[in-house]
Amino acid sequence: MAPSLRMNPSHQLGPPMAEPMTPLDVRVEANRCLNCYDAPCTLACPTAIDIPRFIRRIAAGDLAGSARTIMEANPLGASCARVCPTDELCEGACVYAPDNAPIRIGALQQHATDWLIADGRALFTPGPASGKRVAVVGAGPAGLAAARDLARAGHAVTIFERDPLPGGLNTYGIVPFRLPAEIAVWEAEEVRRLGVEIRAGVTVGVDVSADELCAGHDAVVIACGMGAVPALGIPGADAEGVFDALAFIRVAKATGAIAGLGATVAVIGGGNTAIDAATCSKRLGASAVTMYYRRGPERMTAYGFEIEFAKAEGVEFRFNVLPKRILMTAGRVSGLELIRTDPDGSARPLPGTEHVVPADNVIPAIGQTKFGALLDAFGVVHEHGVAAVDDAMRTNRPGVFAAGDVMFRSGTGDAMVVEAAQRGKTAARSIDAFLRERTA
Amino acid sequence: MADLSSNLAGIRSPNPFWLASAPPTNSGYQVMRAFAAGWGGVVWKTLGDPIVNVTSRFAGLNLGANKMIGMNNIELITDRPLADNLREIAECKAAYPDRAIVASLMTDCTQRAWHDLVDAVQAVAIDGFELNFGCPHGMSERGMGSAVGQDPDLVEQITRWVKEAARVPVIVKLTPNITDVRYTARAASRGGADAISLINTINSLMGVDLETWNPIPHVDGKSSHGGFCGPAVKPIALNMVGDCARDPAVTVPISGIGGIATWRDATEFLLMGSTNVQVCTAVMRDGFRIVGDMIEGLNNYLDDRGIASVAEIVGKTVPRFVDWNDLNLDYKIVARIDPETCIGCNRCYIACEDAAHQCIERLVDERGATLLEVDEEHCVGCNLCSMVCPVDECITMVRVDDGQTVHTWRERLSLPS
Repeated sequence: MAPSLRMNPSHQLGPPMAEPMTPLDVRVEANRCLNCYDAPCTLACPTAIDIPRFIRRIAAGDLAGSARTIMEANPLGASCARVCPTDELCEGACVYAPDNAPIRIGALQQHATDWLIADGRALFTPGPASGKRVAVVGAGPAGLAAARDLARAGHAVTIFERDPLPGGLNTYGIVPFRLPAEIAVWEAEEVRRLGVEIRAGVTVGVDVSADELCAGHDAVVIACGMGAVPALGIPGADAEGVFDALAFIRVAKATGAIAGLGATVAVIGGGNTAIDAATCSKRLGASAVTMYYRRGPERMTAYGFEIEFAKAEGVEFRFNVLPKRILMTAGRVSGLELIRTDPDGSARPLPGTEHVVPADNVIPAIGQTKFGALLDAFGVVHEHGVAAVDDAMRTNRPGVFAAGDVMFRSGTGDAMVVEAAQRGKTAARSIDAFLRERTA
Repeated sequence: MADLSSNLAGIRSPNPFWLASAPPTNSGYQVMRAFAAGWGGVVWKTLGDPIVNVTSRFAGLNLGANKMIGMNNIELITDRPLADNLREIAECKAAYPDRAIVASLMTDCTQRAWHDLVDAVQAVAIDGFELNFGCPHGMSERGMGSAVGQDPDLVEQITRWVKEAARVPVIVKLTPNITDVRYTARAASRGGADAISLINTINSLMGVDLETWNPIPHVDGKSSHGGFCGPAVKPIALNMVGDCARDPAVTVPISGIGGIATWRDATEFLLMGSTNVQVCTAVMRDGFRIVGDMIEGLNNYLDDRGIASVAEIVGKTVPRFVDWNDLNLDYKIVARIDPETCIGCNRCYIACEDAAHQCIERLVDERGATLLEVDEEHCVGCNLCSMVCPVDECITMVRVDDGQTVHTWRERLSLPS
């Protein structure tokens, strides 16, 4: 087997958002679960983890069985334990939720998966070799989930990943106090243990072409996610001190510091990445961090628990404002000019409401660019870079599938890691059927 | 304020809550603390020839996050000199003259031994004796404790010997480690006992350590069967108390013991024919302070019902504890599930589907929510669904027969009653 993926530990940047449970807490909480039948928590989980089962196994002292129940259903089970908006999913569906006392499923899931990470045993084995080769574009959540299940089905899988480490946004794009990179890389390593080859530092479309990939494999999964944060498109956007939120988090996670971070930080956006950039700025020492969002608080796409966390970290929020210009002094950010927007939710600017706020840094977190050109290269039909797929993750091109952020339509809120994992699983099942059909 | 005072065969106490003969009544220091907390009486840790104990001695049965729903022990009778115990008994009695102090006794199976022990102990002012014919561990291997209590002839004989010498009431404590406790209860009655107390602990092995494969609890890697007690034994104890209470040949009052932890448990034993109750495990878990809750809880229960004294409820349920042959075959109840309070856990559904009579259907209501409905035609009224339901009063058992007829198996077979 290839040597382990190497990485330096990610910088933690302070205490984790959620501390691991104590043994006493685990015992009380696991035993509080009612063990519902056809449980609403499981129905609410996009990957359909049998939650009462994994909790019952914790209660009975079978952590290996518990972790297996989780990881079987969700190859990203350790990450999801930390990043899932559980109050909108499993915990929101818990029969105890109306009494404001849902079982803390995410924390219990973290307990079981932390145990597995420390234990180090392999839970799964590759299936009998099918002789089929599958290429996966991108080692993010969707690609890893697809690869894991394809390997278990016996197919030879190669993942092409442009970054040095696998894990995608889980490794690079989520603040370490919410999701340490080690967790995401461990999940990738588990996939690799099944014989999946991860060719890191290889960019499809640059280092290897779409045609080569298709020619050399029996099937392809495009799970490339999305790209950088788009440019703000306002005067001053290229000033020194303006950071792409994802690049900002990536550097902070890898090095524990950001060169040129001042005392006053303006974050533009209302999603989870904006929250992450804001809380990260705080943890790095910025004294005044403000999030500026063009609509009202009810339209923010960030999860409720993230917003509460940001408030607790001291991040301030300004709503119904749009950035108009970044002020510069000697090429460096010195302020931000905003214009108010109509509070009706249209984000329409209201002329004459321009005003300047202090800022040493401006961090846009206004979404991500799409990989339309790559989809074109594969001959895959897409809409503004969003691959068109059916329920089985099939694109228009036979043998080419797409999963994860590359096929999530915008305007439906932030795509969840757990959704990407499920799409990856679906793609794997669909590819397996496709390959066996062709063999038959 | 209801009259909580109790009189067991002439042994009076200000309330019916006694401490059973056990580790909490091992010393004057403990009994003083117990009386200060409000306990109405104590049965002193069994007196006899001081023994040598082992470590460890106790083990707990846990259920989920609940610790000690049962416990067992391999501790023996007192390991302290008789003179020390007697001096402390006298001190406690002097400090709390209104409380009952009963001396538990155990000795060799001879008339002389029993007479000597009785005489020695009643030299101090005690209110009664309790004969320990119950301990299932250790002492039974020396021909004492449950070795006596399992033999009705020995029970009768020793009771008679003790009665020859005793100047205070004699309670015989019975072991549950016997096929039918009524035989030894009757023997105690025949021997002249003034009261019986039951149950003593049940033969048990608490567990096996899955790491070491040692039995639990262990003494240097080995264990021996111990006496089981605590909330888990309550149904067994209640059944035995009820059996004695309804037996015409058991003619003496009963002191109820076995898993009593709250005023509710105690009240059930009173209704099932116990004149008073004895408590141990609950105190071993939570300390003497629990008696305050028991006194007030029982008092509130009686006051709420306008009942003037504890004595009025003793045995009220006994006539309703009958042979199966006397149950009404025409009585019919079915389960009803309240959709308003149902939380949708489906526990009732799977219990009925897999373990009962497949009488709960999962429907979808007009809002798309799951609705659980009982097929009343086929429901046998077993109670299982209401037992597994986590919500109080969500599943109720509703009577559906007209209540006009009573037919029993005994009548059907024309059996004599």
